[in-house]
Amino acid sequence: MASDPETAKECREEGEILKRVASNCIENTGGLFVAVEGDDEKYAADFPDLCSRCGIPVRELDPKEARELEPTLSPKVIAAYEVEDASIDPFMLSIANIDQALSLGCFLLCHTRVVGFECRDRRIRTVHLKNTKTGEDIIVEAEQVVNATGAWAGEVAALAGISIDLLYSKGSLLITDNRIATRVVNRLRPSSDGDILVPGGTVSLLGTTSIRIDSLDDIRPTIEEMDNIIDQCAAATPVLKKTRYIRAYSGVRPLVASKSAGDDRSVSRSFSLLDHVRDGLENFVTITGGKLSTYRYMAEKTADLVCTRMGVSKPCVTRTEPLPSSETSRWTEPGLAPKEWIKKGEPEDLILCECEMVPRSVVDGIVTSIREQGGRADLKTIGLRSRIGKGTCQGAFCGVRITSYMYDEGELHAGEGLSDLRRFLNERWKGIRPILWDGSLIQEELQEAMHCGLFGLEL
Amino acid sequence: MSDSNTIKFDVCIIGTGMAGMASALFAANRGLSTVQVGSTGEIMFASGFLDLLGVHPIEEKRSWDNPWEGIGELCKDIPDHPYARIEEQDVRAAFDEFLSFLQDAGLPYKRRNERNCLVITSLGTLKNTYCVPQTVWNGVEALETKKPCLLVDIRGFKGFSARQIAAALQGVWPDLRTARIFFPETEHMSEVYTEQMARALDSPQKREKLIAVVKPYVKDAQAVGMPAIFGMSRTSEVIADLSEGFGAPVFEIPTMPPSVSGVRLKEAFEERIPDKGVRLLSQGQVLSVHHGTDDYFVLDMGQETKERTIKARGIILASGRFLGKGLHADRKHIRETIFDLPVTQPPDRTLWHRKDFLDSRGHPINRAGLEIDDSFRPLDSTGHPAFKLLFAAGSILAHQDWMRMKCGSGLALATGFAAVQSFVSLCK
Repeated sequence: MASDPETAKECREEGEILKRVASNCIENTGGLFVAVEGDDEKYAADFPDLCSRCGIPVRELDPKEARELEPTLSPKVIAAYEVEDASIDPFMLSIANIDQALSLGCFLLCHTRVVGFECRDRRIRTVHLKNTKTGEDIIVEAEQVVNATGAWAGEVAALAGISIDLLYSKGSLLITDNRIATRVVNRLRPSSDGDILVPGGTVSLLGTTSIRIDSLDDIRPTIEEMDNIIDQCAAATPVLKKTRYIRAYSGVRPLVASKSAGDDRSVSRSFSLLDHVRDGLENFVTITGGKLSTYRYMAEKTADLVCTRMGVSKPCVTRTEPLPSSETSRWTEPGLAPKEWIKKGEPEDLILCECEMVPRSVVDGIVTSIREQGGRADLKTIGLRSRIGKGTCQGAFCGVRITSYMYDEGELHAGEGLSDLRRFLNERWKGIRPILWDGSLIQEELQEAMHCGLFGLEL
Repeated sequence: MSDSNTIKFDVCIIGTGMAGMASALFAANRGLSTVQVGSTGEIMFASGFLDLLGVHPIEEKRSWDNPWEGIGELCKDIPDHPYARIEEQDVRAAFDEFLSFLQDAGLPYKRRNERNCLVITSLGTLKNTYCVPQTVWNGVEALETKKPCLLVDIRGFKGFSARQIAAALQGVWPDLRTARIFFPETEHMSEVYTEQMARALDSPQKREKLIAVVKPYVKDAQAVGMPAIFGMSRTSEVIADLSEGFGAPVFEIPTMPPSVSGVRLKEAFEERIPDKGVRLLSQGQVLSVHHGTDDYFVLDMGQETKERTIKARGIILASGRFLGKGLHADRKHIRETIFDLPVTQPPDRTLWHRKDFLDSRGHPINRAGLEIDDSFRPLDSTGHPAFKLLFAAGSILAHQDWMRMKCGSGLALATGFAAVQSFVSLCK
């Protein structure tokens, strides 16, 4: 924040809006910034001033008070500040957005890749698509084309002959098997690896890293990153050295390059809205960079530009209209499925995922909604819309139970279920492999004994 | 120390998995006073199949019809594999002795001495194994001839779909039909469990009711497969009755672990091992162990605090890997948990596992474990036996990947057998 007051301000204003319009996707946790012995004391002392310059309310805490609020904090905390903060359920938020767009008449083409643009007379005439599962070719004619492909924005724009200079910064996170702190805990020091611990329902996330990469292929969390995050975060929250981890994951931040690029963290995390009129295409725009907490604002700015071009003058309403909570997006919330299952009191609704207690009815609902969105349900897509595969077993047992259930329901035929299960297990593996020691390694051995020793899935 | 809580034995077996159970049996059969310690948990996760050698080399996914030939190749290619230290006749003797124990315990197994057999799994894959519970045998024969077969699954029993098995196997066994039934007197229950159904079928009345439910579906089927529920202690009677009642031979398909096939093994051991004279202390952990001046090992046992002390001339360490807690890994190293013996392992964690879970080459960590001499004595850091009468058996041994090679039970039996033999000869 110290290095990026512009982003800090955007984030804060947008945070207020999101808490209003997407309140069910956001937990208003509050946050702490803490420095520990050895951290730069001057940096910590300057913090309140910087906050107030950005209009961010902050309250200084006595370290003892901070430890009363968050008992897992280290006794070595030397400075602590309380700020407003919140944690977002990104799965729920994404699905709720998709559902709302669909309800407004939008078409969603899942598993579909842009393979080219046909450009003529300073306009994109058609967009050429390919369904990566069926191989089907699709051609779309649109008045305006928005490139909102995140880290892939450069590759997609290049298909239209436009060059965007993007930097890729890989970031990794770990997920604990229970919730460590009630608030977001930030390390009060210049941005670096492993300085944030964020609660999310019944678990906590810790991270991140920032590693410049050249290619978007094969993005996965590494063991070095995990060890670094744990060692760094444990300085403020020592229990993280002993905590059981459930999985890890990686994502890529698209950063629009600036000339003075040094550390990737000094490249602005602010977003870029690129009007390609200047590149010779009048109906093409790219939105990239930014961060999840400004996603709505980015969309508003993009929509405003597109509307101006099309002569639409109505104001954007996502700032004021609540995002409807969709039935299908609810199940990503940790702890919700068991609560609802117990409330409903229908034991015949068998629990298929025992770690996260996801019953048959939830799987049914998700399968239906995927079908309505034009997709085909498999373990991965069901997992994205629920807690399935995210518990202690990481898919070893629930993957088998759900596969059987889907055969019974006629969703799977011939050997499809086995290929799907193999894919699902290999996908979960990306996030398990770097955290395999102690309890997770025991779980892994059981999984391998079953899936390889007994079922021979590797053969 | 020799208070009333101290008991003396010839040999102490640490571990209650397959290797521990087999070692205890072999020791007791040789007249050794034997104590076995550990918490009987993991054996429940056993599939019930006894693998000898299924696949080698694993990276070539080469399946062996004749496991003995496979072992010959394996020993040439991986001279450090524990099998390479055992004579074939001893492996055969270990199986004979172990199977005869299970037979006497009411848990008969079947095999073709010189060949592996193929079984179907609950997932719909085919598994190559050596010995199968008698309850599975009719399925092995039905699969060989691909005769018309009915697969039956049970309403309320999760993770087992007859339709899935038939669909996944349609290429190799087209003549599979499926049916779903209510298990008798569970119509009111939303979820049913295999152990509960298996115990119910120990009663002849329940069997009659099951026959009445399944019989209408049998029609022209010449074999009937069901999830593993054919009794807990009276499996032979259950198979005979159901086969007669259905008018077709029946067979079990073992279910996802922990399955009835694992529970039967656990119960057979726990009930019959003490009859052999083995003192089974299944609740205690080894809290500490040292080698006393009188040449006896002294083991303090208990849950959290010391409850009793055991003295034994020799120890067979069959404490398993990570699940069995014989090995433990932190972020940097793998340690042996009881004696802190050196563990052969990849140099660091980045080399423990491969990028893909299902990589057919297997994960290097699975070959980590204890080094041994030809007497199955684990070596210390100087490369010498750590103790004169400390032996190791089972999956804790290095240079094997039982999950990929499909050699878990064979490894447990053969190395347990070899360890006991070495103890006997070194004691002379």
